[in-house]
Amino acid sequence: MKHWINKLIVASALLFSLGVATLVPNSLVYAADDKATPVAVASAAPAAAEAPAVPVPNKGDTAWLLVCTALVIMMTVPALGLFYGGLVRKKNMLSVLMQCLVVFSLIMVLWAIYGYSIAFTEGNAFFGGFDRLFLAGITPESVAATFSKGVYVPELAYMVFQAAFAAITVCLIVGAFVERIKFSAVLLFAVLWFTFSYLPVAHMVWFWPGPDAFTDAAAGEKALATAGWLFQMGALDFAGGTVVHINAAVAGLVGAYVVGKRVGYGREPFKPHSLTLTMVGASLLWVGWFGFNAGSALEASGSAALAFANTLMATAAAVLSWILAEWTLKGKPSMLGAASGAVAGLVAVTPAAGFVGIMGALIIGLIAGVLCFWGVTGLKKMLKVDDSLDVFGVHGVGGVTGAILTGVFCSPSLGGTGIYDYVANAVAPDYDIAAQVLIQLQAVATTIVWSGVVAFICYKVVDILVGLRVTEEEEREGLDITSHGETAYEM
Amino acid sequence: MKLIITIIKPFKLDEVREALAGIGVSGITVTEVKGFGRQKGHTELYRGAEYVVDFLPKVRVEVVVSDDMVDRAIEVIEAAARTGKIGDGKIFVTPVEQVVRIRTGETGAAAL
Repeated sequence: MKHWINKLIVASALLFSLGVATLVPNSLVYAADDKATPVAVASAAPAAAEAPAVPVPNKGDTAWLLVCTALVIMMTVPALGLFYGGLVRKKNMLSVLMQCLVVFSLIMVLWAIYGYSIAFTEGNAFFGGFDRLFLAGITPESVAATFSKGVYVPELAYMVFQAAFAAITVCLIVGAFVERIKFSAVLLFAVLWFTFSYLPVAHMVWFWPGPDAFTDAAAGEKALATAGWLFQMGALDFAGGTVVHINAAVAGLVGAYVVGKRVGYGREPFKPHSLTLTMVGASLLWVGWFGFNAGSALEASGSAALAFANTLMATAAAVLSWILAEWTLKGKPSMLGAASGAVAGLVAVTPAAGFVGIMGALIIGLIAGVLCFWGVTGLKKMLKVDDSLDVFGVHGVGGVTGAILTGVFCSPSLGGTGIYDYVANAVAPDYDIAAQVLIQLQAVATTIVWSGVVAFICYKVVDILVGLRVTEEEEREGLDITSHGETAYEM
Repeated sequence: MKLIITIIKPFKLDEVREALAGIGVSGITVTEVKGFGRQKGHTELYRGAEYVVDFLPKVRVEVVVSDDMVDRAIEVIEAAARTGKIGDGKIFVTPVEQVVRIRTGETGAAAL
């Protein structure tokens, strides 16, 4: 009986979107069309009034953003699936691949229905509005702002680029509770957490009305007031250190606590079943991350090149520092350590990518490699939790490290870009490292608290509605057979 | 006839095969096995988690030879498989009552 109820709830959660989508959208599309609401990223930016007609996006920028979008999609399917999948026992390989693929698809559908609108249109400082519900009013001609005045990209390209970010963030969480979670629980949690944590945090950090609105001090102040809360505060997060990594890591940590340890944790060996696949996944993640970080410049520009170079150098530095720490403290430099170091470096450089100089990125990578190594060893022991694939140890520790160090190395005195003043049209002359680090800490704390509280409530709701864990017998047999009715490998 | 069962380090398989072929042994059977002896296991470290692996991978070689060849066979296996370090393996010898070549029906030493 309960089984049927579970299935029903998940099915309706999935079908809700599609069902509503076919019933309502037309009226909404037309309603939104004639409203001239200033959608943040859209053509309705105030400056468009005096600018000549509709801006035409640059073809190079458009091509770059679309290629980057595909790269970021590759980071989830298959890269994250392989990275995570290789780390579990072979009886759970397919369940991990399946969770990544299906959560990815689920978030894509939700993104089109309401995600994009709530994250990237004007609302209040925490949630966006409903102007782009069902992507109403987006045409091939609509444009989104970039970080340069008068430069636009197609809004559709911006929308899919951001969709890929939302999807990988939710998929990252999965690593904390693999090998014991119910598939229906994963899906239901994904819907709830995406809605109440990813969307508001993305809005708080990234939403702003675009540079064109900053014509003079007064207009700039007015425009800034419509931006997300942490953006207004001046938090720097180039490609998602808070929105993606800290956000997901905290949800993962809370999940590991609420879902509980795997059966036999600490007594039986939980050896990774294929570090080869983990290495393939980590390598694809690195390549995809060029799209993630350099694409976050939104333009094919020097800023994109800087982010690209930093993504290369910080990562390499973190590989070295992780294995050096491992070699010194544990005796042997391991393949898994090197791959984990790469991911740690990628995570840490994410918020910094377009803001710091190359030497700053190298230092960020070196520090992140060592700290994340501690995150999966010392810190993990202190937390006493089965965060199975170290989502918090790598993405949480790396994310916080990166967020704070972004505040340090963004300083022009340390080779960073400084903060661009769109009213003066120049880099602001004064950069106060201590003040910026304080702002970065506020952004980190906000994300930790927001994601932590939301995640905890979401897990409890899921537990009540469908239950979080499979039975012990199913867990011992493996989720591939018991949840999905198939096996990854023939003997 | 005797059955010689030898447990060796996996990387020594080729040398053992060549040595046996060199004294005229015409067939062997090889299996990948796991076990422990005095060498014991080792520890593996995956990020923060340390696991003791009790069973080490070894190769088990089975060969049946006629009585007059037993000593020579043991000698060459021993020479080929030895590294002098712990974990080189063991050789077991047991009598074999009968051998049949399935294709022709030959029996005894003629079937080897």
